Amino acid sequence: MKNINLKYNIILPLVGLISVVMISCERGFSDDVELATFPSTAEVFTDTPVGLTDEFFISFDPAFGANTNGFGTDDNEAYEGSTSIRIDVPAPNDPDGGFIGGIFKDRGEGRDLTRYNALTFWAKGSTTATVGLFGFGTDFEEDKYAVTLENVQLSTDWKKYIIPIPDPSKLVQEKGMFAFAAGSQSTNGFGFTFWLDEIRFESLGTIGQPRPRILGGQDQTAQTNIGTSVPLIGLSYTANLPNGQDVTVSATPSYFDFETSNPFVASVDELGIVTVDGPGQGGDNTAVITASLGGVEAEGSLTVEAVDIDVISIFSDVFANVPVDNYNGFYEPFQTTLGGAVNENGNNIIDYTMLNFVAIEFYGRDGSGVEPVDATDMTHLHIEFRVNETVDASDYINMELHNNFTLPNGILGSYQITGSELLSNEWVEFDIPLSSFAGLTSRDALGMMLFVTDNNIANLSVDNIYFYAEN
Amino acid sequence: MKNRILSNKLKSIFICSSLFMGAMVLITNCNPDETQDVTNFNTLSMQDEFDVDGAPNPAIWNYNIGTGQNGWGNNELQYYTDRPENVIVEDGMLKITAIQEEFEGSGYTSARLLTQGLFEQKYGRFEARMKLPYGKGMWPAFWLLGANIDEVSWPFCGEIDVMENGGSKPTIVSGAVHGPGYSGGNAVVKEYEFTDSRVDSEFHIYGIEWGPNYINYYIDDVLYNQITPEDVTGDWVFNDGSFFIIINLAVGGAFDGNPNENTVFPQTMYVDYVRVYSAN
Repeated sequence: MKNINLKYNIILPLVGLISVVMISCERGFSDDVELATFPSTAEVFTDTPVGLTDEFFISFDPAFGANTNGFGTDDNEAYEGSTSIRIDVPAPNDPDGGFIGGIFKDRGEGRDLTRYNALTFWAKGSTTATVGLFGFGTDFEEDKYAVTLENVQLSTDWKKYIIPIPDPSKLVQEKGMFAFAAGSQSTNGFGFTFWLDEIRFESLGTIGQPRPRILGGQDQTAQTNIGTSVPLIGLSYTANLPNGQDVTVSATPSYFDFETSNPFVASVDELGIVTVDGPGQGGDNTAVITASLGGVEAEGSLTVEAVDIDVISIFSDVFANVPVDNYNGFYEPFQTTLGGAVNENGNNIIDYTMLNFVAIEFYGRDGSGVEPVDATDMTHLHIEFRVNETVDASDYINMELHNNFTLPNGILGSYQITGSELLSNEWVEFDIPLSSFAGLTSRDALGMMLFVTDNNIANLSVDNIYFYAEN
Repeated sequence: MKNRILSNKLKSIFICSSLFMGAMVLITNCNPDETQDVTNFNTLSMQDEFDVDGAPNPAIWNYNIGTGQNGWGNNELQYYTDRPENVIVEDGMLKITAIQEEFEGSGYTSARLLTQGLFEQKYGRFEARMKLPYGKGMWPAFWLLGANIDEVSWPFCGEIDVMENGGSKPTIVSGAVHGPGYSGGNAVVKEYEFTDSRVDSEFHIYGIEWGPNYINYYIDDVLYNQITPEDVTGDWVFNDGSFFIIINLAVGGAFDGNPNENTVFPQTMYVDYVRVYSAN
């Protein structure tokens, strides 16, 4: 079979290519062309460091356990050329530091990286260990455009890694050329070695499908007091690599452009800090905070509802939480419930499985010093449930609030939520008057909140638990 | 419209010069004693620029509806419809969209357009400028079937796959022929890999030039394969009669496997134009 694999007719396509490039120059670089006067050197390490500071490797602070001994170069290992970087990851009990990590920094005023769309490098491990993070943009100054790829598994042969740049147009003067951190969590505390080679920025036409996200891509709602601020968390950027695999990196807020739908209610600054400014106009007290990155709208949003309330928060990402003993008291021997607080795509929630009953305790169990909650001046309990299975109308969540829990004068109040009020795999918000908790004659020392489902609902998530009173 | 005509003229010039240089390349690559048939295809015989919003031009395009036999013979998962959700012309493009939804017992819907009975041609340059969907289980294709399929059945009618792509491989497409003795898993196929582009981020021109005893496969300006009677392990059924065009977006099935949890829906296949040229 004749397999002909030749490019031909070069000139006409080249003319086309040039015009395409010029068009994209006009679009992509516009005003920045004037500003970007810094060198655009792509290479970070080939056989030697390229344009880096004399220290080459700048370690994380040894005061926080960073080991500065394990970094060097190796003339016996290289993916290409003669030399690679060799990193010896210490054991956690190494007296010189239990992990290794740091940055490579540009020796000048920074580089113009706007023409690239990825940091790439080759790595090889002595074992298939997982490295905590690789990245760039950390310069130990502002760390304004830091990007990190977390939990990267090594191969025992050389393998190329690609870290996409979320929005290269931001990187007109970047000093943070490379960053890494590694411990021996994935190797049961045994140290290991890995090598790095050919670290450089590249422009890869084979990366696609940019997908920025805030709040883990979820649409969240928060009641927030006027005057308070809350940071947008769970910022990430996903791209599709040449091999068809998605890669997701963490990205700093400076890559994103944030927007509020209602400036009379809330504003958001360039660092993604949302501030509730006022009650709104015409009875509209909500603002939707959204973001975009490089012109692509980010998944996820925060709907802020401006309120004027006093709050005692047990569990929320918006309000300062009071200390609690636990989110699962593990009452033996009859409790089957597993789970507790988890981070779900950047949103902290409580997740229970095998639920028959479970308690959140905040009374000072085992002499913990946690103080019970005086909710005398509070009028409502706010709580959100998501049933992670099908819901029947006959299902229920029996809630109990215990005052002076474990003490002889202890009392409890109960309230039932029925299956018809809940949704399968969707969050439902409840604002329950504390007066509706039957039997709760005083609430000056609340110390335990109980959820009983008797396994009717075995998989339940809970979020945004707080007592409040409207002012 | 003026631009269109101009660009078509340019295109013809481009094709002529391409063929000329292509011929030179071919000659240098052939054994000296082999002869090479070269035909110039510069008469536009069919063209759909998808400039009129709404349903595709009914004078050119039919639809296959439903699931066929065993998911069109490949365990494909989609139900093909002609609803505007699945197939529409807008923004100067044909858009075929695969949707994840329960429909007539299938978990996905999509569309499959064909020119059977409306446009059929023997030999020529068949090309489409397309941007493809992405994600595991996406199977977009631009292909030709022998117009005598209802008389002689597949694979005796012959099948020319101008372009197929598996959504899990965003830089790889392939072209193939199927015929008696070389169909299904035994088709004559060759892959092409983009080294600095992707099928889902940019439009590319996928085409064949098909003449007596040869089919040349092109992507943009690159000739990446030639299939001749020597390459097939059965009868060469591509000198016999006319073929019609099919454009479809399948979901799941033999080519790229089924979608997984990372596959994003909906997914759209964008076709900027379909053009067919014949010899003078």
